[in-house]
Amino acid sequence: MSYTSLQPIPQRHWWKLPAGRDEAIWITAAYGWCLVMLVVMVGWYFFGNQNQAGEAFRVTIDGFSNKVDEMIEEHQLKDTSGTLMSEGETEVPLVKVPPGSDYYMGAHQYSWGSIPVLELGQTYVFHLSSLDVDHGFSLLPIVLNLQLIPGYDYVLRFTPNKTGVYQITCNEYCGLGHHLMAGKLYVIDTAKNVILDGKGGITGMGS
Amino acid sequence: MKSLQEYFTCPDTGLKFHQPVIALAKANIIAAVVYLLAGGLLGIGVALTRWPAIHLLPSEYFYIFLTGHGAAVLLFWIHLFSCGIAYFFCTTPINARLATPKLAWVCFWMMVIGSAIATVMVLTGQATVMFSAYPPLKAHPLFYLGVILFAVGAVGTNFIILATIMKARSEKTYKGSMPLATFGVMTYAIIGIFTWVSGAIIMIPTWLWSMDLISNIDPQMYRLIFWGLAHSTQQMNIVIMITIWYTLAAVLFGARPLSEKVSRTAFVLYLFALQFGSAHHLLSDPGTSFAFRTFTTSYAAYLAVLGSLLHGLTVPGSIELAQRRLGLSHGLFEWLRKAPWANPIFSGLFLSLVIFGFLGGITGVTMSNQQINMIIHNTMYVPGHFHGTVAGGTTLAFFAFSYWLVPIITRRKLAYPKLAQYSIYLFGLGMATFSLFAMAAGHLGVPRRHWDITFADAVLPFQFPGTVQLLMGIAEAGVMVSGIGALFYLLSMFGTFVGKVVEKGAAQPLAEPAGVVAARMHGGTEPAHGKGLEVPGSLILAMVLLIFLAVYYYAQYKYLGTIWTIR
Repeated sequence: MSYTSLQPIPQRHWWKLPAGRDEAIWITAAYGWCLVMLVVMVGWYFFGNQNQAGEAFRVTIDGFSNKVDEMIEEHQLKDTSGTLMSEGETEVPLVKVPPGSDYYMGAHQYSWGSIPVLELGQTYVFHLSSLDVDHGFSLLPIVLNLQLIPGYDYVLRFTPNKTGVYQITCNEYCGLGHHLMAGKLYVIDTAKNVILDGKGGITGMGS
Repeated sequence: MKSLQEYFTCPDTGLKFHQPVIALAKANIIAAVVYLLAGGLLGIGVALTRWPAIHLLPSEYFYIFLTGHGAAVLLFWIHLFSCGIAYFFCTTPINARLATPKLAWVCFWMMVIGSAIATVMVLTGQATVMFSAYPPLKAHPLFYLGVILFAVGAVGTNFIILATIMKARSEKTYKGSMPLATFGVMTYAIIGIFTWVSGAIIMIPTWLWSMDLISNIDPQMYRLIFWGLAHSTQQMNIVIMITIWYTLAAVLFGARPLSEKVSRTAFVLYLFALQFGSAHHLLSDPGTSFAFRTFTTSYAAYLAVLGSLLHGLTVPGSIELAQRRLGLSHGLFEWLRKAPWANPIFSGLFLSLVIFGFLGGITGVTMSNQQINMIIHNTMYVPGHFHGTVAGGTTLAFFAFSYWLVPIITRRKLAYPKLAQYSIYLFGLGMATFSLFAMAAGHLGVPRRHWDITFADAVLPFQFPGTVQLLMGIAEAGVMVSGIGALFYLLSMFGTFVGKVVEKGAAQPLAEPAGVVAARMHGGTEPAHGKGLEVPGSLILAMVLLIFLAVYYYAQYKYLGTIWTIR
């Protein structure tokens, strides 16, 4: 009864022939591993610290944009002389909201709108959205990537576990100036005097 | 009876072809190869720009090239080629006639015209929206129309394939159950129907929106349905690639599956569970719940992954079993060591299997895990992964299959067999290099679809560490190597299509047949067949893959656990 995978099967009852021992071993091992992956994924949701399912709300672009403006208005940092702090040619504002409160990040072509200043170990409720087209929130160097979609408020609670100067790049193509869209984020620890050095870095980090 | 003209029997292989299938297969393959050339050139442009030391193209051209590269190779090359060979799989192995050749030609021309329109729109800079074309980014209406035409033509071919199989069944053109290869292509056609229909469901409103006839396309809804098209087209690649693996094993070694039941069940698992893969693209999006993510990311409890893992044993297993029966049964791996590695049909098959499994497969399963997804989403990791599946896997399998089928249907000897032989290794290893190093760069956060990772003109400056420049350089050097391989393939195909027609001997053996090797090795002595496993070598290879997967998966979670708390 010789035939190949390119020829019809002559015997009718192939369905009743048992699988070989090799295949039985493999199916058991392979599906066993599949079930491990399933358990780990569900388990991580309940016991792990990194889950991006979060919450999401439909919003209007104008409504979200207003929230961003209000937040900047209220919480933009001031230096010792009382001047509002910002960075770069386009004067991107540095914003520090109280721990536990909302941070509105409204990405748009080709800017992140503000520079968050967060306290180590504190939890912030981030609202991530776009004011025009899809953008990709990519926080470096930890490589945390989230998709930003206009009309959707993606709500996630962030608790930074390391001080430093982080970068935010856009990793969803958003137009011909996509590669210009770089941002920044500071994690400081005021209690330990790890604070902004006023020159684009933080003290005690050498950068 | 006009059956004398209606069929052609290959004097070398004894395969019987319905004449229209030959013409259709040739036309589809030629159109596909043209897109491989175009898409390949665009890809080289992209690679030379992302190679930090060269950074060739200005930004606008880079984004045009990148959009064009995606559309030309991922959609047009792969699917025109698939349609061409699918007509072969649904007729010759079951002795059938193609159901409606005229309609098949209509489909072919729709695909050609649609793809040409879309390509022109991209190359003229009127659709620089990337292959995924996420609204609210808007392209010229003709771009969407081109894609719609292509999708409608493609869904037509899927219906023709199913109609052909049904007609063959009712005409009883074959005895017994249909061959595994035909079963595979039937699965392909069924998946194709809901894939291309998803495409129509989202592309038609988007087209109307681009002409201002609809005011709004919900960007999240678009992403959901678009990936029903774009991910599922990749599942079609996988199914046709596996069909090719089984088929080439059959023509090279006379192989058949270890168990028909297991191999066909694996295809059926694809049919029911592969589509959930579409949601893998939404794992770091807002808008879906934990329950939805868990169900879809795990393909309903990893049923489709199980399907792939089954083929991962049974494809090499079918080769091993056949080789052992031919006498190459000493030790664990003689069947593999003494395989015809100089024959591009075999080397293409096996390299494709290995690259797909170890690079594309392991990383695909890992990255589609819902939490791990957020540390790779939209980084260079993603192109690294899918060049392991679509280029190192599917495209390499297509090369190998071309080297077998094109001489048979054109009645010409394979031109430049040496180039053909090198093409497999150059393309395969080049793409494997790109895949590995792009994924490494992705782990360090290099964004995909990005013109300038030095951020030279950005308001807030940023510089990646030097390692990143090195990784990207090596990755893109790999692209250059694979480009030479693809060029050799194109030369060989071109030479074959314009070569001299021969009466007999078009399909020549490109290496010593397995039986001859075995006879030389062991002088016809039959080694004792123990009571042990049938295919111990393949089982070991499969277990190695599983161990790699487990270790890699563990490492990803280990890293994920070190970053910020995200809830």
